[in-house]
Amino acid sequence: MTDNLTISVGRRGPFTGRTWHLHVLSVVCVLLIGFPLLYAALVATQTNAEVFAFRLTPGSSFGEHFHKVWVERGIGRAMWNSLVMSTLVTVAKTVLSMAAGLAFVYFRFRGRSLVFLGVLVTLMMPTEVMILALFRVTSDLGMTDSLWALVVPFAASATSVFLFRQHFMSLPAELPEAAQLDGAGPFQFCFRILLPLSWNTIGALAVVSFTYAWNMYLWPVLVIKDASGQVVQQSLSALRATDQAISYGPLMLGALLASVPPLLVFLALQKPFMSGMAISDK
Amino acid sequence: MLLILTVLAAALAAVVASRGRLHPLAGGAVGLAAASATTWTFAGCALGGDVTGDNTGVQRVLAVAAVVTVAAGVARTVAALRAGGGPAGEAMLTELRSGRFRTGAWLPWLLLAPTLAILAVFLYYPSFQTFALSTKLARMGAPRSADVCLGNFAELLVPSPYLVAGLPPAAVAVVAGLALWRSRTTPGTASHTAAAALSPLGPIATVVALYFVFAPGRTGYRGVYVATLGISFGIVALSMTAGLGLAYLVARRFRGASVYRTLLIWPYAVSPPVAGILFFMMFDPTAGVMAHLAGVVGLDFPSYRTDGVLAQAAIVLAASWKWVGHNILFYVAALQTVPREIVEAAAIDGAGAWRRFVRIVVPTIAPVTFFLLVTNLTYAFFDVYGTIDYLTRGGPSGRTTVAIYEIIRVGVGTGDLGRGAAQSVILFIAVIGLTVWQFRRSEGRITYGGGA
Repeated sequence: MTDNLTISVGRRGPFTGRTWHLHVLSVVCVLLIGFPLLYAALVATQTNAEVFAFRLTPGSSFGEHFHKVWVERGIGRAMWNSLVMSTLVTVAKTVLSMAAGLAFVYFRFRGRSLVFLGVLVTLMMPTEVMILALFRVTSDLGMTDSLWALVVPFAASATSVFLFRQHFMSLPAELPEAAQLDGAGPFQFCFRILLPLSWNTIGALAVVSFTYAWNMYLWPVLVIKDASGQVVQQSLSALRATDQAISYGPLMLGALLASVPPLLVFLALQKPFMSGMAISDK
Repeated sequence: MLLILTVLAAALAAVVASRGRLHPLAGGAVGLAAASATTWTFAGCALGGDVTGDNTGVQRVLAVAAVVTVAAGVARTVAALRAGGGPAGEAMLTELRSGRFRTGAWLPWLLLAPTLAILAVFLYYPSFQTFALSTKLARMGAPRSADVCLGNFAELLVPSPYLVAGLPPAAVAVVAGLALWRSRTTPGTASHTAAAALSPLGPIATVVALYFVFAPGRTGYRGVYVATLGISFGIVALSMTAGLGLAYLVARRFRGASVYRTLLIWPYAVSPPVAGILFFMMFDPTAGVMAHLAGVVGLDFPSYRTDGVLAQAAIVLAASWKWVGHNILFYVAALQTVPREIVEAAAIDGAGAWRRFVRIVVPTIAPVTFFLLVTNLTYAFFDVYGTIDYLTRGGPSGRTTVAIYEIIRVGVGTGDLGRGAAQSVILFIAVIGLTVWQFRRSEGRITYGGGA
């Protein structure tokens, strides 16, 4: 790397001919990072014989594999289950965390610091550490094999509460006073003033929550035993655990299909996500 | 003799804890967690009382250690409260602006109620339950359970109470001694530099001591400890260095940089199980592209299904690949805060590109590095479960059975809730310890410019 390029970190400058090697390097890195996915896309179209022959051209079995994966192995239904679960988690988490952030920033009440400390402590407690006891609690509540078990425990999140709290505190302190002078109550203030100012944070949180929920694996494996209620990350194992030898094409196709929704969410909300992350970084 | 030793260690730990610059809130949390843990632990068996089963010596040592932890935690909390919460804690709490809306007191509670209810039922209660279960012989689906005191823990350790009692205090002594030496020297002097250079010895001493404290063999925890250590360290090291390198490449402004950024980040959207499946395909000994490429070059590619080291490497690669986007994201944001004037001034003074990177860029983004260290460790500890389950299933012969995988294998696979919970508690302590360490380290950092 030449000197003048290293200096130009953060400098907004015109395009110069000297950046060609940056492009070469970037393309190489992108290809390296993208390789597992590109390779999977290739295999997804091939029969096992073609996979073993290491053909670099796409095979002809895509349609056949799709039918097998989507209909026969129930990935379609599992993806629907995942979609419902992830959407519910995302919406619930956003609403509940925003309400909690609102309470912490714009209200004074007895025991606020203590409650805040109580939420703060949970940042250090990953769910997985207590997953056996959590499983026992949900079983005792009779929630296993239902959507409730997948959604309710994840509807509250200390991280999201903090994200909203940080965001609200970065807004001008005069906002609530001005709103009150104009005769707005807390709810009007929330919907008319805070909400329009919070889309970046909400967008960032939506990406994180949706991806997190969609990619959950261990917890669904524990609480969902019924085949019709399985989420997509679980049902992928049906593509691998066949009685005969593994058919690689359908397995890769399933893996790729399972990755499409979070990717779409990520691409759709990329702008608010990037700026929302920058806010939470401060 | 044993008791005197442990009491001495306890006193030492309490002093160190109360003098250290522990984050007051973290101190309170440790005190709280430790207090609740011991309350549950000693509900059934008093110190030196009706300890049953094998390894009674080890159990007594563990009991004393638990008391010591609580003493240290409480001492630390009291000290923090007397000191007025310390600067960071004060800032954190007074940052909460005084409320603006003067409605009834019920409204904020109503807003908080759902969050608090869910946290109580699905977070606080299960964590207490975990500690309670760890002292029991409990089976999945069985309504009855029996108290086994600290037997579940004692099994995982070497049967010698002397080793269990001796090594951790020795590690603590190394850590405390180094911290003391460092605090006594003045910055800039040779001895201060030496003390600073030796400070990694503390964590190393702890890691080594734990290796000898965990028992080898099928019932012991040494294999799981080594696998967890190796795989977590591999993932953190690889995904963070790769993340920093790639972020450094695409954080500059050149045409198309943002497109490259997006293309580099997007494996982040892929789930850990899918990462496992993709690498399962690539590393497949017969059909995979890696074996094929090795064959083209004329190399013999061993099968990761029998080669333990290769299996660990495959897990590390798959998990890092999935996670590198996360690190790029944060490092790109951090690199925007590196002051351009300082970098340019250094360049004018003749500092080379590498030197500028190491001396200016790396220190500036250190807070983000410490933040990422914790998120990466959490990822490497827990989210790796899906990758392992689809790629190696913990094999060959347990070489990729990390802590969380073993917890599920024992607790759900064999239905042994008590032993699974005991392992959960060990992991819990590790996570809290690492978080506290991160708090302390990141507080002590001085930076120019922004950052987290």
